[in-house]
Order: sequence, then structure tokens, then C-alpha cells
Amino acid sequence: MDWQYFLEILFSGLTRGSIYALIALGYTMVYGIIELINFAHGEIYMLGAFTAFIVAGILGSMGFSASAILVIAAFVAIIWCVAYGYTMEKIAYKPLRGQSRLAPLISAIGMSIFLQNYVQLAQTAEFLRFPIRMPRVEFLDVLGGILRSSDFVILVTSAFIMVCLSVFIRYTKLGKAMRATAQNRKMAMLLGIDADKIISLTFIVGSGLAALGGTLIATHTMQVGFGIGFIAGMKAFTAAVLGGIGSIPGAMLGGLVLGLAESFTTGYFAGDYEDVLAFVLLVLILIFRPSGILGKAKVQKV
Amino acid sequence: MFTPKRLIRSALISIWFMILVFPIVGIRIIKRAPEFFYDRVLVIGAITFVLAVLWSWYFEVYKDRDLSKGISSQVSRKFSALSEKITNDKNTALKLILVLFIVFMILPVFTSMYQTTVYSLAFLYVMLALGLNIVVGIAGQLVLGYAAFYAVGAYTYALLNQYLGLGFWTCLPIAGFITVIAGLLLAFPVLRLRGDYLAIVTLGFGEIVRLLLINWANFTGGNRGIANIPRPGLFGLELSPEASTIYIYYLCLFAAIITIIIVARLINSRVGLALQALREDEIASEAMGIDLRKIKLSAFALGSCWAGFAGVLFAARNSYINPTSFTFMDSAMILSMVVLGGMGSIVGVALAALVLTLLPEYLRAFSEYRMLIFGLLMVTMMVFRPQGIIPPAKRKYYPTALQNEENS
Amino acid sequence: MHTDQKPILEVKSLSKNFGGLRALNDVDMHILPKEIVALIGPNGAGKTTFFNCVTGIYVPTEGEVWAGREGHENKKLNGIVPHEITKYGLARTFQNIRLFSSMTVLENVMVGRHTRTKAGIVNAIFRGGAFKKEEQDTVDRGYELLKEVGLEKHWKDEACNLPYGAQRRLEIARALATEPFLLFLDEPAAGMNPQETVELKELVLRIREKFNLSILLIEHDMGMVMSLSDRIYVMEYGSRIAAGTPDEIRHNPQVIRAYLGESEDA
Repeated sequence: MDWQYFLEILFSGLTRGSIYALIALGYTMVYGIIELINFAHGEIYMLGAFTAFIVAGILGSMGFSASAILVIAAFVAIIWCVAYGYTMEKIAYKPLRGQSRLAPLISAIGMSIFLQNYVQLAQTAEFLRFPIRMPRVEFLDVLGGILRSSDFVILVTSAFIMVCLSVFIRYTKLGKAMRATAQNRKMAMLLGIDADKIISLTFIVGSGLAALGGTLIATHTMQVGFGIGFIAGMKAFTAAVLGGIGSIPGAMLGGLVLGLAESFTTGYFAGDYEDVLAFVLLVLILIFRPSGILGKAKVQKV
Repeated sequence: MFTPKRLIRSALISIWFMILVFPIVGIRIIKRAPEFFYDRVLVIGAITFVLAVLWSWYFEVYKDRDLSKGISSQVSRKFSALSEKITNDKNTALKLILVLFIVFMILPVFTSMYQTTVYSLAFLYVMLALGLNIVVGIAGQLVLGYAAFYAVGAYTYALLNQYLGLGFWTCLPIAGFITVIAGLLLAFPVLRLRGDYLAIVTLGFGEIVRLLLINWANFTGGNRGIANIPRPGLFGLELSPEASTIYIYYLCLFAAIITIIIVARLINSRVGLALQALREDEIASEAMGIDLRKIKLSAFALGSCWAGFAGVLFAARNSYINPTSFTFMDSAMILSMVVLGGMGSIVGVALAALVLTLLPEYLRAFSEYRMLIFGLLMVTMMVFRPQGIIPPAKRKYYPTALQNEENS
Repeated sequence: MHTDQKPILEVKSLSKNFGGLRALNDVDMHILPKEIVALIGPNGAGKTTFFNCVTGIYVPTEGEVWAGREGHENKKLNGIVPHEITKYGLARTFQNIRLFSSMTVLENVMVGRHTRTKAGIVNAIFRGGAFKKEEQDTVDRGYELLKEVGLEKHWKDEACNLPYGAQRRLEIARALATEPFLLFLDEPAAGMNPQETVELKELVLRIREKFNLSILLIEHDMGMVMSLSDRIYVMEYGSRIAAGTPDEIRHNPQVIRAYLGESEDA
């Protein structure tokens, strides 16, 4: 048993999974609160990557250290993507609230198509090279390359953010308001919660997380492209469903599970079928256990 | 209209958008140094300013009433009245159909070869959109991976031809059959699913089919696709490239016409009624004696078989297919034709299919912005007119009792 | 009145659990041909759950449901899917109206004819004489039923545009289209004014005679229940607490307590 290889695969899977989890949280939170699959969420992730790329490109020539650039890029990406998410909700989803399931879904698909082409036209259709490499974390050298620096940074950052999010959801007033609105909007409104603001907040938090994911992945793979949102979005959605759509711990768990599954499949079996795996998992879960690992089965009242 | 409050608010919105798009639109780093494009950002600012003014004026004038009562609604009401007249008044309908028929029949004489193939494709999309209309528009089952069935049809012909040497006319019914099997394969596991979950599974299914086509390269040719797919012969005669292009054109035209007739008949029948009931309320339908499993399977089978036939025609038209013709974008495009055209409406959906296929060809100047406009169109339509352009035609029936009353 | 006849519905020890919740507990019931039986009880007593168990929407956890037309043997209905049960002859309306909103009034009733007609996909495409005859028959029968409930003038209207009381009557017409021998009405008078309630009562009596129906109704309007029913069953917390004629039920202390709580010496 080649332990070195195993651990590499393991950490690679956890890293991937963390990114999926960050994106999946956005899907699950929005679905939990307005029962909409935000097709355009993957595009927010992509916008995060691109914005970070732009910032890094500008700052790179100014002589800042790599760490500083990355932190600033992340901040800027998060702020801008939060704005995108907020605007998106106001334009494409809010007017359709309360209508049939189909209209918001179509609107979301339209938004996704629009954003992809927007970036493609404004920037370029090609893949661009992300200019800044993740700074080396020296003490990792001891582990002999099992855990790379960028894996480490991603794992630590994601874990930290997810802990913060959990604390926020569980213990703060806004977090409780979000949970309440997700469970029963009318009741929450009767109790004085401004549902519109809470829904906007949900989009804001989700977009911020996706933007962070985008920045991290751009640094990790050293590449950005207008199309990265679609596949990552689909996989992250699979992760959200896997963990139980609407459940925040579920999204985190689902992300990690999917990441590990992909990594181990690629590492020990065929490499080609990596993408298919995610979709096959998606289809299987929805057929056999739509409520996911941590979700509760919904009983419909007749 | 130009109150200070409105102007200030619009200016603020415009500034918001300018800041929002600045990183992506205003800065490009293709080579080493960043280039700045302030003019682009200002253009966006100007556009959003104008739109914001119009938007807030629109809402001011129609304040307190919901979106359905504004100008767009008046326009759409007039439009609905017109389209109702077309679809329900037999004389108008017949005249219009005759005109269209004649136009399409003589089209190849007046246009270039290239244009003819464009129209062939448009007719194929009419078939596809109407097929999807059965599943999504009538039966209310949201399917996001429809292009997969299109692919199954096309690849069945291509592969049967490549490995077994079978010809077009032999493959046509076989491909239809196999596509229906694929439709049932998808339908069986999803019988219990509703709404969003159903949509996502069909999306997954569509992607799995596409990825299998790419990865199973030994069998399907992978990304390289399959070339040299033969065109159909005319009673055994081989045709020249021009002649066979025209031949394909007429085949596609007639296929579209047959599709329209059959779909219309299906809708106006016991089956169609049951499909509609399924869309409206599953539980009530079941309580009224409709076998949900059977009707859902029927919907998927009916929907998928058109895609199969269209796929065969597509493969013949192009003589070459590869997985890039059958992506999620294509599924989304067909779905938009159904939704934008008016769910359940044959005229609306066919019209949307024609417009969405032909318009990009005629607006070549904007072809870069094609998909961008398309995405924006989807969002806009959903916000302003979610029911689509043309509402479904009314069912034609009349109680005998009333007929007798009128006659007596 | 009809005491020696075979019951057209027999429910024995019916129980239904939802996880830890026992929604129905050992409920017995029978209904004779052409009887109008009412099922009453406070909200949450399990009345609609009972309906759902009998009509196949839920599968009973314990107990048996037997039903059969007059002159036929009773068949066990446990586990049969709803559409088969409707085909067998049990039809229902819903507590929260479930009409096909964007279809017309007549079309709604026509859907009810689905289970008694048989044209399929092939027939629809090729449109033979038999197909057209069946289609016209569906239309005509539907129209007749609309006349029965007094909605024939609205046959072209969209179902969602009807006033509330009319919608309830439409649901009844739709259920009648399936040619049932046992009709379940779930709160048919809910939201109706006194005039409409009187008309509804007359309608129920009329259709019982004309279509040879037995009717089981859930209702909260006591006036209607008392004057309309041949017998009444009372439920509370999932169990049957009383059964008998309207008079017997009116004076039953358990029933009174269930509805009014512990009385301070009336």
C-alpha cells in the first residue's frame, strides 16, 4: 500500500471538496430560502476567479508580496461578487417570487448564459494564466510533498470560513432570522423579520463564499476561463444535493464527499470518467434518496 | 417623466452598475500590462441610466398594480387577441397556413444553398421544440437534458451506418425506436420526482449522455465525431450535393408539418387532456382515475421520439456529427423556445423555434452578442411575460345539447 | 331503512402511523347502499387521513378496507393505487379545492371521464369514427353533469375564475364523471353562505337518487350534517368515539365534550 500516494489523493480530494463545499453552500442556502436552484451561482464563482485575476494582474506589477496580493484579490473578488449576487437577485429573481417553479428557473438559466457570455465578450474566450502562485508554506516541506502549499491554504481557509459560517448561522440574530425565513417565510415576516433583506443577505453570503472559492481555485490551478462556472457549478450542486439540499452542514459534507470520491476515482481507477462520476452520483441520489445524506424526506400534504 | 428624484435615483443605479462592471468590462490583462477601457464602462453607465429611468417611470405610472397591468400587458393583450384570432378562427388560420406553406415550398428556388440549409435546421428545431413542448408545455414535466435524445437519434443513424452500413430510411424508424427506449429509460426512475428534482435529473442524464459520447471514443469517435454520414437517396438514386441539400430541405419541412399535425391531434384528445391534467395537479389527476405512471411514460416516449427523428435528419443534413452539437446550451435553447413561445401552444412554440434559429442568421452583425442577448431575453421574458408570446389554442369541442338548442 | 343489505364499504380496525404519530387508531366503519354518512370531529381528528387511506393515497398500517358495488362482492382495497380505486368506483373531492385551474369548467369534468373511456395515442393520431364518437360522448356527458350541478352556463370559463361555491360544485361534477358508487365529499360546504349550503344539500340528495350513490362526507357545518345524514361517525385524536343516527349523536356526552371541552355543568 503506497501511503504517500494515498495521502496525496486524500488531500487532493479534500481540497477539491472544500472548493465544492464553498460553492455548494450558496446553492443550498438559496434553495433553502426561496426554493430556487440558482443556475447562475456557478457564474458568481467564475466572476470571483476573474476579478481576482484582474486584481492580481494590476497589483502584480506593483511589487506587493504574493500573500498580500492574494489577500487583497480575495477581498476585492468577494466584495464585487457580493454586489453581483445582490443585483442578480433584485433583477432576475425577486420579481418572480411566488410564481411557478419554472419561471425563476428559466430566468436563472438565462442569467447564467448572460453572465458567461458577458465575461467572454468583455474579456476573452481563451483561458488566461493566473499570475500569482500561492506562497509556499515552509513547514509543509517536512511532509515531503504530500500536502502542497496551495492545498494547505485552501483547506485552512475553507475550514475557517465554514466554522465562521456555522457560528453565524447558529448563534447570531441574523443567522437565526435566516433559518426562520427558510423554514416558514410568512411566519418569519409576522414576527417582524424583513424577508426581503434576509433573502438578499442569503444571496450575499452565498456569493461571497463562491467568490472566495473562485479566488482560491484560480490560484490553485493558475488558470481562469469564462466556462469554469458551469462544470464547477453542476458539481457543487451535486454536492449540495448529496448532502441534503437546504442543509448547510449537508453542503459542507456533500462537498467533501464528492471531492474525495472524484479524487479516489481518478487516482485509483480511470481518469477519463471523472466528470461523469459527478453526474451519475447526482442522478442516483435524486432517484434513490432525494433528501440527501443529512436532509429530511418531505411529506406532501394532500 | 424626468423628475429630479427619478433622475438622481437612476444616476445612482447607473453608477452602481458602472462600478459593478468595472473590473470585468473596464480592465483587460491579456498581455503583461493591464489595459483600461473607460469608454466601455461609460457606455454601460449610459444604457443603465436610460433603462433605470424608463423602469422607474413604468412602475410609477402603474404603481400599486402588479406587473401584469402595465403597458407590456396591454401590448401583450392585444397580441393575445390577435394570436387567438389566428389560432381559433378557422379562416384566418387556414389562410395564414396556406401562405406560409407556399412560401416555404418555393423557398429553395429563391435562396442560396446556404440559406436552404439554415431553414432546414430551423424546421428541425420546430420538430424538437414541439416534441419538448409535449413533455414540458403540456404535461408539465420539466426536462433540461432534451438534447440527449437528439444526440441518441443522430448517433444511432451515424453508428448504424458506420458499423452496419444501414441507410437513411432504414435507420429512421430504428432511431425513433431506440430514442423512445432512451426516453423510457430516463422516465422510469424519475416517475416519482417533481419540479426541480426532475429537471436536475434530466440535466444530469443529458450530461451523462454527452460525456459518454466523448469518453467512449473507441465506439463513438469521441470528440472527433463521425463523418461521411450519407444523405438519403431518392428512390435509390444518388443525388448531387445541391440536389440533396434541397431534398433534405423538403424532408425537414415535411417532417415539421407532420409533427405539427400529429402534436395538434394528440393535444386535442383524451391523451392530451390527461397530460394537461397531469400538469395542473398530479394528485387530483390520480384521484380522477389517471394512471400517473402510464401517462408520464407516454409523455416522455412521445417527447423523445421527435427528437430521435430530428436527430437522424440532422445527421443526414450535416453529414458529420460530434458531441459539441448536443450540449446543455442546446437543451436550454430548445427549452427557451418552448417557454418563450408559450407553453402548450403549437403556434407559439413553432414560431419561437423559427425566430430563434433564423434571427441570428439575419442579424449577423450582432452574432457576437447573440448568446448574450439570448440570456437577457430569457430573463426579460420571464419577468414581463412568463406565459410566453402566444397562449395555447382553445380546445375545439361543442356539446351536442347546445348545438341542438341553436338549431331548434 | 336499508339494514339487511351488504355494505358497499366496510372498514375494519383501520390504523395509520406516520413515524411516531398514530393518526388513525382502530377505526371501524360501514356504509350501506344509498346511505349518506357523515364523518365529523374536531380538526386534526384524522378524518381526511381516513379518506386518504380508503382512497389509496396512504397505505393503511393495520386494518382492512373492503368495498364493492351493490350486487357485487366486496374487494379488499388495501394497497391499491388511487387511480385503480377510482376506476373501481370510489371518487372524491378535496378539502382544499384541487381543480385543474387553467382548464375550462367543461374540461375539468371531461378529465373525470378518463377512466371510463379508452382512446389511446394511436387513436388520437388517426382519428377513426369510434374515436370521434367517444370524444363527443365525453363532451356531452360532461355537459350533462354540469347541468346537474347548475354550472352549464359556465362551461367555457376557466375553472379558476369561478366563485368559490361554484368551484366546489365543479369538483363534485368532476367526481361524478367517474361513475362512482361511493362518493367522498371532503368539507363540501366550507366557505359557503347559508343559501349555497341549502342548494348543496339539495344537490347531494338529488345525486344520491339519480346516480344511486352512497355518500361519505366530512363536514363541520352541523346544521347540514344533522339534516342530511342517515348516520354519523365521530372521530377524535384518530379514534372513533361515537356512531349512530343524528339524534343519538346530538345527545352523546362524549361527542359534546370532544367539541366543547369539559363542560362546567351545562
